[in-house]
Parts: sequence; structure tokens; C-alpha cells
Amino acid sequence: MSQDTLFDKVWDLHKVSRLPGGSDQIFIGLHLIHEVTSPQAFGALKDKKLKVKFPDRTVATVDHIVPTDNQSRPFKDNLAEQMIETLEKNCLEHKIRFFNIGSGNQGIVHVVAPELGLTQPGMTIACGDSHTSTHGAFGSIAFGIGTSQVRDVLATQTIAMNKLKVRQIWCDNKLSKGIYAKDLVLHIINELGVKAGVGFAYEFAGPAIDDLSMEERMTICNMSIEGGARCGYINPDEKTFSYIKNKLCAPKNEHWDKALTWWKSLKSDENSIYDDVIKLDASKVEPTVTWGITPGQSISINQQIPLLDDLSPNDKLVAKEAYEYMSFKPGQFIKDTPIDVCFIGSCTNGRISDLRVAAQVLKDKKVSKNVKAFVVPGSEKVAAEAKQEGIDQIFKDSGFQWREPGCSMCLAMNSDKLIGNQVSASSSNRNFKGRQGSPSGRTLLMSPAMVAAAAINGKVSDVREFIS
Amino acid sequence: MKSEFTPPIGKISNVNGQCISLVGNDIDTDRIIPARFLKCVNFDSLGESVFADDRKKLNGRHPFDLEENKNASILIVNSNFGCGSSREHAPQALLRWGIKAIIGESFADIFYSNCIAIGIPCFTLAKEGIQKIQKHKDDNFLFLEIDLKKSFAKSKDLNFNLEIKESSRKMFLSGEWDATSTLLENENLIKNKFTQLPYTKFNTRLL
Repeated sequence: MSQDTLFDKVWDLHKVSRLPGGSDQIFIGLHLIHEVTSPQAFGALKDKKLKVKFPDRTVATVDHIVPTDNQSRPFKDNLAEQMIETLEKNCLEHKIRFFNIGSGNQGIVHVVAPELGLTQPGMTIACGDSHTSTHGAFGSIAFGIGTSQVRDVLATQTIAMNKLKVRQIWCDNKLSKGIYAKDLVLHIINELGVKAGVGFAYEFAGPAIDDLSMEERMTICNMSIEGGARCGYINPDEKTFSYIKNKLCAPKNEHWDKALTWWKSLKSDENSIYDDVIKLDASKVEPTVTWGITPGQSISINQQIPLLDDLSPNDKLVAKEAYEYMSFKPGQFIKDTPIDVCFIGSCTNGRISDLRVAAQVLKDKKVSKNVKAFVVPGSEKVAAEAKQEGIDQIFKDSGFQWREPGCSMCLAMNSDKLIGNQVSASSSNRNFKGRQGSPSGRTLLMSPAMVAAAAINGKVSDVREFIS
Repeated sequence: MKSEFTPPIGKISNVNGQCISLVGNDIDTDRIIPARFLKCVNFDSLGESVFADDRKKLNGRHPFDLEENKNASILIVNSNFGCGSSREHAPQALLRWGIKAIIGESFADIFYSNCIAIGIPCFTLAKEGIQKIQKHKDDNFLFLEIDLKKSFAKSKDLNFNLEIKESSRKMFLSGEWDATSTLLENENLIKNKFTQLPYTKFNTRLL
């Protein structure tokens, strides 16, 4: 059993009680809600005649269903309009702060909370969304929950949960030029598998992690869940603190000093005990692309799609399904696979640094005429910053469509969808069957820079050939 | 899909029913309920859309469309079932189709907690056992009686020791899987905890 890790410290601090069944009752410091997984929770509160216990500790935004082309109200899609209206009504009724479209702070919930300074070290953070693990980049313990647990957080600010085990993933050395956090996390998931993290929190550590910016760290923690771990975190350091400082909701003045002292005490002790430790060499990571139907089915840009015989017995069943669904042959190279749609965005890679990197690749280049390319900033703030830096213009000049913030084609709940068996190069997080809106659509996950390179060439390409 | 839906309520100590097998590893919640069906403000109509895309592709041959499975209530799955999105719509869709318990090689974490929270016990059983059930062809189907007290399942000719997290088992037996009221019993402890947390002092309001 783990001891003295950040996870242990934060868990113990937030433990309210041991419940009769043996689970822990855990206080949730920050609760984030959005339009898809909250309406039924508010409905249940009403049925049970309960109120929101700590309305100040829940913050809402709208992201999953928002159109990215025309956001004028009412939305063209009646169901989407009904969902945003329901959220507006619920937030008003329960006095919950809601960052709506046009507020300047709307966006994907996991982009918005960090940029507002809501996400802070040492907090427990829950949201009805599996990518809540993103917030662990700040040394918080953050995890996705379902709607019934959203109801419980609203009603009690606590949930019943069993303590997770802790696996440290130690990343030695540094990423090479042209290799990004996305490549590293895809590599980790490929090495460990998509279910290795079940029952675990992942602590990402080591020189390669220390070297990452806060936004890159968010990309890593974001995809913990794709490796099965509902919670992933990184011990906070000076980069963490300077990212938070002066953000809208960050502690100010004398509160800042107190916060800083406490935050510094949180990191895992040097002699802390882990349930498991894995070490890998980040300098060996290459640009990585998924070829299959789970985020674990990835290879380096110059590798061939694995043969059935090269895979472990447990991986064969899904590999067979993947060859068929993706229309790939075992042994085929992933490089030069023709691409129909390029999507840059999502809570994994829709932040300003992601857009900057992609724009560097796209500058003075044109998107292939066979490709539909669009970029969806992660938030209104990201969009504003990009416009200020002239990045939106670089995208537009290259042939990318510049859209309004939202989750968009990561899960295709709005009108941004693949059509038929189109192949997308996507900076998002899931390549599941049908994920991007077409039951036969095919998704290749990669870094935003790699998506930009694929857009220019109209096929899967090595971004290192584009950067000097 | 069953015509009348009654949600589980109170203590759950037995689940008896016909098995329905779904073969495959890493079946994610996008497949269980594709995202377009999440555009709703209640869960009522999800049952008919469970596995919508997979079923369409198999054109009536999907296990959830087979006539012989129409009264099934115990779902038999392989490894990492329910991975991906945290959408509770996935177990809600299964529940509304008629699933009352799931036995699998392993489950994704969030899916598992969602099932517990809505009253669907999830049991694990080693691969050999799962395959035995999935290949069972004696009578078109296998009828299992699951006893939560003993974590044991029996049929006419097969018996299995099932595994379930002890905390989940206790919650089903006591009825506390519907957690809100149990959590609320500790109202004073919750308030104390709130005031003790360091960050509520330097962040008394989030905004």
C-alpha cells in the first residue's frame, strides 16, 4: 500500500469518514459541471428534495454540444439548445457560477478551470467527465465521475470511493526535438496497455516530466484515463506555481504566501512508498500515431502496423477487430496513410501552446486540397490569445477553418463529424470505433504538430521534416 | 428492450436471470451508447439505443437483437469492459434494456463505479469461467442464479465463485449503493472537513 505520496496526503486530508461498506467518503474541493452529465443529477436532486450543499464549490461551463461554426442562440440543433437552456436554468436556480458562451471564459471545462486558476495543488477535483484527470498536472487529485456521483457531490460535496493504488511512472532523460507530450503519453499507454491503470492513480515523474510546460503536463495527465487510470498527477513545482499566480481565481496577496507554503509541502516524499514503479526512457520516444481502435494501439511514425504474431495473446482479439475496422493490413507502414480530415483541438491538445506549435508548422504552407482541416480553440481565452498573436491568421492562410471553442469533433456531439469511412488525423484523445461521429469513421491520434504536418501533405507525415 | 422499466431499489442480494454474452475486449462506452444519444436531459429513452452502431452493422445478428436474448438480464463480457468516457448513460442504457448484473473478466474504473451507483452489481470471473458461459450452447441460453451474500452463481450444470469488491457487495446487501442519504448522514463531519481544509482559508470562495 502506498505511503507518503502526494496522492496519500491529499486523499487522507479529504477523507470525511469510513463508510459502513468500507469505502471512504471523500470531500470534493472543486466540482466542475457541464451540460451533458449534469441535467439528470439536478433532476435527481429535485426528486430527492435536496439542495446544492456548497454552491460556491461548483463551477459550470458549456462545451460538449456547442456548435463551433455559428453559436448564435437558439442553436440550430434543438436538442443542443435544450441542453444549454437546462444548464442555464439549473445554475441560476442553484446559484452556481456559469461561464457561458460570450463570457470570455467559456470553453472546454478542462481548459477553462486551469486558466482561471481554479485548479490548484492539493485539491480534490471531480467532474462528470473522464478527462478530469487533466487537473492532476497541478498536483491535485482529480478524477471523472458519473451522473449519480455528480448528484452526490451537488447534494453533499462528497462521494463514496475506494482509495486507489499509486503507480509511479518515471520518465528518464528528455523528449527530443519534434517530440511532444502527446507522443510521450501515447508511448506510455502503448507500453503499459489500456487497462493497466485500473485501480491505480498514476504519478508521472522524472526529468522528462519536470522538463515539460504546464500545458504539456496537462496533456499527459489528461490521457491517464486512456491507460485505465482515472486519476493521474504530477508533483507541483515552480512551474506550477508561476502558472497559477495572478490567474483570476488564484489566491492573492498574503493568501498567496500561505498557499505557496502549503503547496510546497504536498509533493510525494523522497522515501514515499508506491504500489508499483515503472521506468522508461523519454529520449527513445518518436512521433507516435495510433493505428487501431484503442489509444494503446500506437506505433512510431517509421514503424509498421504490428503483425498478429508480434502481439500478446490478450491483444490479438482487439488487433483483429482493429485491422478490419481501420482497413489496415498487418505490416503496413503508418507513414503516408492518406488523410481526409485534420482536427486540432480538445481537452488534450486545444491549448494555446498546442496552437502555437501547429502554427509554426503551418506558417507559409498550404493544407492539401484533399483535406478538410479545422482548428477548435480549447476556450474563449485561448482563441483571444491566438488572435492577439496572429495565430488564427496563420491557420486561415494555410487553409484551416478557424472555429469557436468547444469539444467539437473529439466526440462529435455537435455537427463536426466524420462522414462515412473518412480517416482523420486528430489531436484528440480517443480513436474508438465511431468516436468522431461516423459509425465507420477512422481516427488516427497524434500530436497537434503531427496533425499540421498531415494536413499539409494530405497523409501521415513525420513533423520533424517540417521543423529546422 | 423490455416494455416496462422499474429501476432497482433498496437491498440487492440476488440476481436471477438469463445470460447474454458479448464477446470482445476493451468495449468502450462510446460503443455502448454513441455520443449522439447523449443529447438528452434524462435517461429514459436510452435503452433502445444501447450498442446502436454495432447493432446496425450486424443487421439483427447482434446479441442485443437476437430473439433468444430478449429476456436476458445478466451480461457476460470480457476484459476492460466500459473503458473510455465516464458517461453514466452507458450503464443506464444497459439497465433500461434490461441488464441487472454484469459478469466480466475486468471492468474500467469509472464504468464500474457508475454501475454500483445505479444498482447494477458487477462481478469478475477468470477468463476460463467467462468463456465457459460464453460458449454454453446446451439450451440456447444459460440461466444463472447469483447470490451476493456468497458471491456465488449457479445454474443447472455450472457453478462459479464470483468476485466483487467487498465494499460494493456490502453496499448492495445493505441498500447503501444509493449513496446520497448515507453520505448526508455525516453532515457535521462534512462541514468540519470543509473548515479544516487549508485552501478554504485562502480561497474562502472560489470566486
